[in-house]
Amino acid sequence: MQFPILSLLFFVPLAGMLAVMLIPRERKWAIRWTATVVSLVPLALSAWLTWDYFFNYRDLATVAGTMAECMAYVEGPYNWIPSLNIQYYLGADGISIPLLILTGLLTTVSLLASFGIEDRVKEYFAFFLLLAAGMMGVFVALDFFLFYVFWEVMLVPMYFLIGVWGGPRKEYAAIKFFLYTLFGSIFMLVSILILYFTSQPHTLNMMTLIETTPGLTHTLQMVCFIFFFIAFAIKVPVWPFHTWLPDAHVEAPTAVSVILAGVLLKMGTYAMLRISWPMFPEALRSLSFWIAILGLIGIIYGALVSMAQKDLKKLVAYSSVSHMGYCMLALAAFSSVQAIAGCMFQMVSHGLITGALFLLVGVLYDRAHTREIAAFGGLGAKLPVYTGIMVFFSMAALGLPGMSGFIAEFMIFIGAFTVLNKVLVGICVLGVVLGATYMLRMVQNVFLGKFDASKWGGLTEINLRETIAVAPLMVLTVLIGVYPKPLSMLMSATIENLINLMAR
Amino acid sequence: MIEHAYIIPLLQLFAFLMIVFFLRWKEPLSAACSIAMIVIGWVMSVVVLIEMLARHGAPYEAFFYLTSFATLNFEIGLLVDPLTAVMLMVVTTVGGCVVIYSVGYMKGDPRFSRFFSYLSLFLFAMLGLVLANNFFMIFIFWELVGLTSYLLIGFWFEKKVAADAGKKAFITTRIGDLGFIVGLLLIAAYAGTFNFGEVFDKVSAGFIPAGILTVIAVFVFCGAVGKSAQFPLHVWLPDAMEGPTPVSALIHAATMVAAGVYLVARTMPLFVGSAEAAMVVAVIGLVTSFIAASIGLVQNDIKRILAYSTVSQLGYMIMALGLFGYDSAHQHHSAGYVAGTLHLMTHGCFKGLLFLGAGSVIHAIGTNDIQEMGGLGPKMKTTAIAFMIASLSIAGIFPFSGFWSKDEIVAATLHHPIFMFFTLAIAFMTAFYMWRLCFLTFFGKPRNQERFEHAHESPRWMTWPLVFLAFLSIFAGWVALPWLHHGYSSFVYYGEVHHAGPNYMLMVISTIVAVSGIGLAYLIYYRQTISADRLAERFRPIYTLLYNKYYFDEFYDLILIRPIMAFARFMWTFDAGVIDGLVNLTGRATILWSDIKEWFDTWIVDGAVNGVGWLVRQGSALLRFMEPGKVQFYALFVLAGVVMAALAKYERAFIVTRWPLLSGVFLIGLVVLGVLTRYDAVKQRKAQTVTGMVEIDTEEQKK
Repeated sequence: MQFPILSLLFFVPLAGMLAVMLIPRERKWAIRWTATVVSLVPLALSAWLTWDYFFNYRDLATVAGTMAECMAYVEGPYNWIPSLNIQYYLGADGISIPLLILTGLLTTVSLLASFGIEDRVKEYFAFFLLLAAGMMGVFVALDFFLFYVFWEVMLVPMYFLIGVWGGPRKEYAAIKFFLYTLFGSIFMLVSILILYFTSQPHTLNMMTLIETTPGLTHTLQMVCFIFFFIAFAIKVPVWPFHTWLPDAHVEAPTAVSVILAGVLLKMGTYAMLRISWPMFPEALRSLSFWIAILGLIGIIYGALVSMAQKDLKKLVAYSSVSHMGYCMLALAAFSSVQAIAGCMFQMVSHGLITGALFLLVGVLYDRAHTREIAAFGGLGAKLPVYTGIMVFFSMAALGLPGMSGFIAEFMIFIGAFTVLNKVLVGICVLGVVLGATYMLRMVQNVFLGKFDASKWGGLTEINLRETIAVAPLMVLTVLIGVYPKPLSMLMSATIENLINLMAR
Repeated sequence: MIEHAYIIPLLQLFAFLMIVFFLRWKEPLSAACSIAMIVIGWVMSVVVLIEMLARHGAPYEAFFYLTSFATLNFEIGLLVDPLTAVMLMVVTTVGGCVVIYSVGYMKGDPRFSRFFSYLSLFLFAMLGLVLANNFFMIFIFWELVGLTSYLLIGFWFEKKVAADAGKKAFITTRIGDLGFIVGLLLIAAYAGTFNFGEVFDKVSAGFIPAGILTVIAVFVFCGAVGKSAQFPLHVWLPDAMEGPTPVSALIHAATMVAAGVYLVARTMPLFVGSAEAAMVVAVIGLVTSFIAASIGLVQNDIKRILAYSTVSQLGYMIMALGLFGYDSAHQHHSAGYVAGTLHLMTHGCFKGLLFLGAGSVIHAIGTNDIQEMGGLGPKMKTTAIAFMIASLSIAGIFPFSGFWSKDEIVAATLHHPIFMFFTLAIAFMTAFYMWRLCFLTFFGKPRNQERFEHAHESPRWMTWPLVFLAFLSIFAGWVALPWLHHGYSSFVYYGEVHHAGPNYMLMVISTIVAVSGIGLAYLIYYRQTISADRLAERFRPIYTLLYNKYYFDEFYDLILIRPIMAFARFMWTFDAGVIDGLVNLTGRATILWSDIKEWFDTWIVDGAVNGVGWLVRQGSALLRFMEPGKVQFYALFVLAGVVMAALAKYERAFIVTRWPLLSGVFLIGLVVLGVLTRYDAVKQRKAQTVTGMVEIDTEEQKK
């Protein structure tokens, strides 16, 4: 048996959670550092995976035909509950590995950003590690049962993290998030059950099902596809299922917002790409236009609503709706390599950029205790370094070349343009101007203009810990933006294989 | 050296990084680093130019793949041809002058180092743009240039106007870039590559349908419209004057705004391939040039006059290039390409000088308003002489640089009389407003004594670049002397070399136009034989229209900005009210539903259970009434039974038709009997336990 690296990705945080629970609650620093150090293990493992995959396996998928053969790292399938034919089956390929390392990185970063939590420290960090385990699990699970378990397991710590450590309307936001996602999960469950009972012999193995599902009747494919779509679209979130997002973001503590935007949203798009897209190509073809329309609405609508926001965090939250709209547009153009690669780039890039923006908004909120855009002004004079970093990420968010967001958006546009209706994509390009408008409005109102020394004279510059948390995100944003080749090489073979699957 | 031309922009990036990370705290070192890098870059550009001349303009190209997906390659590359070599010279020369000048101009600014880091970043982006060998790369640097422009316009961000202007510049140019992006997407879709050479090969091979080519060309031109501040996106440039003056000189006069012109020149095959698109370009250029020149006539802010002048001159270049494309598409010879690119170069020199000179004046006197100036000539001789050399140059006076390039532009309009008429009209206006500016600033009596006394010549850091640029403003255009056989027009050209030779007729006409413009300014503002105020009074409506810049800003505010913001707010209300409202409504409906269910459960389902019990009890109570234990009643029942039986036996029809009546009678009888019996029974057994049992029952129900 090979070294169970994929299992360790989520068992280590689980073990870490137990360890944290064993530390006496008075020893806050021990708890904080234990959690952070534990989170370094999955980060290191995923970094090693990326490294190893890049140098040894990245062309594996070019010779592979099925998705299972693309999996460079496999554990299982081991029988878990034999009577129901449920298996313990993990795997990682070129589309999960970028997200694994993103998850690993953002987990560590947001744990670092959580050191300011003083209330119920032990529970907070324990929940956070549970959350990390769930996220890692979703990206490696290849059995529907396992996948569903991880998908749901993550909800619980998230619910408490928002509901206990959140802002003034935390209960409302937490329950909204929980119920909304759960509502979607029910559709997924129904769909999974349909697949289970139509397969012969009954199985929940995704890799087997991907081979057989195109043989289902058209109606059944459509039903399953739409049900999966509802479940995943709520997570993304696709317009009009997005309203849980601003509430959850605004009420959640900073680090949780980072995870929420950086990783959780990607689970929706990842699941589409991994599950519903290759499984139901026929349904996908007949619905792709409407998915593109949803993407279009997301892009324009999210940007317009961002423009009207008065709260910094809400602005960033709605910008996420807009940015994830690009992902949906890309997913609608599923037959284009550029679009799907752009989608993956956008997932990674949005994780980095929006994660960093939430982190930075949190830095300001910790000091000023308000997030109202109008309350600030001229902070550039008082906090030059913080302003520099914030402007950097605002520029990244509006898709400035040289940063990852631009590569992603540009590839999506090119891919979508060649495949989809040209006018539709042309309208989506408007998002570029709207994006610039809301980001620059924010920058201007917060950082430029006259500085009110009597009000904000006491603000302190971003500290070392916060800078260390943000620095890797900054470096990666530029690296991917300037030299996207390594990332695209990492996933191009898998994507091409995936496109073949979707073209069945 | 040509194959190492990529070092030129990288040096500037190096300067930027050095200043940001290491030299930020040492102001002199920051400036020194910036200056050193641009000077090295300048020397290298000179070498590149010489090598390029030596190899007779044979282009050099090299690239490596940034990434590629499917068949589309994204590459970073280097393309050095004569146009690039000339642009490198323009950018490094003006850039060098401006960086050195800034040492004096920005002295004492709290963000001194940051200014130099931004300048270096800008130069990096601009040089990268010039060296790009493909559409993708040019777009990357295109946007980076926009970013630095944003940062530098808003450099003094404490001033709200400056911050506003930066934002306006960025967003307005981004609207143009929107078109550029669509153009790029179309190129990717129809040509399948971004490489200039490959795209142009496909265009000339007729690989791209004519209609599509026109669309591509127009969309690519949108980018140029934004960056080069052409109508209708010209509104950002005058506002950009809120930035520090060296920035205005470098970015908003000599280099960045010329990027649009450079883009059109670089992508000329697209316009040669599509006469319609080329005509669009020419018309936009002419309209812009005319509008801007006419606004420039009446403005009072020294930098804004120069800004409108810049817009106007850029329109000239764009128009020349457009006409070249149009004529070439129809197989005519045209001087447009040479004219546009040559004017780009000479304009870079004299407009850079004008801005630096204006900066020197502003530095000395502390205001931008020319009505507050006057008589400054003797006090700041170097500045005044340099400024006037540039003014002569831009007005197109023999033998200054501007004369030769403007002459070429007029020559480009030879086949288009309408264009020629307006071109000459614009030349007249240019000469007029530039000399209005000169007379009001440097001649006559000081109009603000206090400021005048304060005025002084600027430090040497500032005057040396002025002298250098003044030298270029005189001589740079001489590379294109029409008597030269291997001059500019046989170095930078498109298609075939076309050497027209001197056209003395045109020279005379354009000189007359220029001199009469200066003469009119002399009469009005120096001799004051014609009163400017009376003139303004006479043409009040036109004057007001021009003074308010044709109300473009107000118009855009009314039809674009306000509606979009209102729409955004509406969408937000819609989102919070309708979409989220639906979600919350679902939540509330669920709660309401569960409330209804609870009510139903308590009163209907559980009520049914209790109700059955109640019914049984009531029924048993009723039955109990009928069992009072009296013989008479039993006898009555028997009688009733007999009657019923008899009826059943003999009057079946009666029962069948009247059964409701019969059963009614029977029921009423039962009730009457029951009541009677009850009454009787209560009277008889008052003290007995029945009532007690009923009470116990109700108590149980309460529980």
